[in-house]
Amino acid sequence: MAAENAHNRVFGRCASPGHAVGPLVRIGPASDSGRRPGVGEVDALRAALDAAARGLTALSARAGPQGAQFLEFQLALLDDDTLVAPAFAEAANDVPADAAWRRAMDALIDECRANPSPYVQARSLDVSDLRERVLMALHGDVPTPEVPPGAIVVADDLPPSRFLEINWSRGGGIALSRGSAMSHTAILARTFAVPMVVQTGALPNAARALLDADRGLVELDPSKEALRAFAQGEESRVASARAAESVDPTTPLNYRGEPVHLLLNIEGPESLSHPAAAIADGVGLMRTEYLFLGRNGAPDEEAQFAAYCTVLRWAGERPATIRTLDAGGDKSIKGMSEEGEANPVLGVRGLRLSLRRPDIFMPQLRALGRAAMYGRLKVMFPMVTTPAEFEAARTLFRQAVAASQAEGRDARMPELGMMVEVPAAALRIEDFDAAFFSIGANDLTQFVMACDRGNGAVSHLYDALNPAVIELVRRVADHGRASGREVTLCGDAASDPAHALALLRFGLRGLSVSPNALAAVKRAIRECPEARVV
Amino acid sequence: MKLVHAVGMHARPAVKLSKLAKQFRSRIALRVEGAADWIDAKSVAKVMAMRAPFESTIELVATGADASAAIGALTTLIANDFLDFSA
Repeated sequence: MAAENAHNRVFGRCASPGHAVGPLVRIGPASDSGRRPGVGEVDALRAALDAAARGLTALSARAGPQGAQFLEFQLALLDDDTLVAPAFAEAANDVPADAAWRRAMDALIDECRANPSPYVQARSLDVSDLRERVLMALHGDVPTPEVPPGAIVVADDLPPSRFLEINWSRGGGIALSRGSAMSHTAILARTFAVPMVVQTGALPNAARALLDADRGLVELDPSKEALRAFAQGEESRVASARAAESVDPTTPLNYRGEPVHLLLNIEGPESLSHPAAAIADGVGLMRTEYLFLGRNGAPDEEAQFAAYCTVLRWAGERPATIRTLDAGGDKSIKGMSEEGEANPVLGVRGLRLSLRRPDIFMPQLRALGRAAMYGRLKVMFPMVTTPAEFEAARTLFRQAVAASQAEGRDARMPELGMMVEVPAAALRIEDFDAAFFSIGANDLTQFVMACDRGNGAVSHLYDALNPAVIELVRRVADHGRASGREVTLCGDAASDPAHALALLRFGLRGLSVSPNALAAVKRAIRECPEARVV
Repeated sequence: MKLVHAVGMHARPAVKLSKLAKQFRSRIALRVEGAADWIDAKSVAKVMAMRAPFESTIELVATGADASAAIGALTTLIANDFLDFSA
């Protein structure tokens, strides 16, 4: 993701969603005061290991089940003879206990970092956490300073035990210049609902910081305007969470007697922890770009398979629609998007990019074909312009499934659909043999109105309910109704309750909205007069 | 023994497996089918770093007086406890 940042705004990657503002507290690495060699090194090491074990056990007692699990891993490491024995052997030869311990742990840390699995790489933080805990015991250091409640904790990286020592009951957040979304600390942050941004690069000093973890944004010494916007956002987030609690999830929605499906837009498995996710009828759009934004480049087939399975398992009986990589245009991904395009929004992006890059596309299709065994998976392609592109993608998908099956793995073709965001596709919708259509209202509006929605000078022209846009929406909705194909609309237009009702009036019966908007939209549909006609 | 686990052996199953292995006096080793090296089942660090892809087959070997009991217990653990996608 973009590392070049404006003065006080730094962008990283979301490891745990949410928002926070508070005083910035920087945590540095533990100091290493050194130790005199020669006196009872074996005993000193034994005592330090015991002290570390006692400390971890005490911490587990108030860490909650998830935290206790991670600390249990560190306790097991302390009890691992193959790991500890070399340090004791050195200590017996009068090597200072701290140096001996550090060497043994650093060997394991190097081993973790060299492992091809990002999961094992992320465990190096647990090992260095344990290394520091024992070193502190050896040096008789006092634990690191107290973090006031509500603080934004800034560090290079943050070990799980340090996370658990902080009181998060009054909010706060975490910004790490390195860190990983796969670390135990990231899992804890998601469990405790603490917003966390990782891989920001250098974080300058500041008195206060604002965290918009959903966007991966850290704002240092935020302006008055930024704070005001934050407060307003906070109000609507609280309202949305409350609304979600008050919506009865069991009654299905209808509009003029026809069932309405209200689905969720998600960035990844993390979004499913939102309270509104429980009242959604399924996933209408899972973007897969976030999977590709990590520092390790494109995720391998296994990592993608794991992420897709997590979403399908959550969805259970409900459908989950996953969109293949939509890189390019305004979402450039290093090493994947075309460089130097004069007009990238109309360039090699979405399915156009995937068709040119089988090295990226095929592993994704293979992972999706295997995941299709585990739930009601639907897959759609972004930026489809002509039927030939759609058929080319279908052919590749069949090849991917056949290849998996030839290797003895279970795989099958999911339902294949397409995003309708290019006007040419909307105008000739009956030429496409897709199982379902999902209208991408943001891009469709931008293309129909010839208007960059990010450009304030022309934003008055950007209107998803402009009759020209609506004519195309109706065309797709009518075709879906006539041919028995499901049509949904995803995009910001559906996230505004008034707009959502207008879209139902135009014939749509499926909407996919962001988690924060879902409860309000659901309530608006339930309470509108047309919902009562059964 | 098929391992139904998304990205392989995670920290928690590694802890469970090595703890159980330590209850036996036998030497116990495991590997992913076809892998070059056998791994000491009693070392949580080694078990955790073992790359065991989804649906891979795990081989177990034990030598010692309680070897067959050890194999039985570990096989049951792998069959019952690792059917789970979560970290």
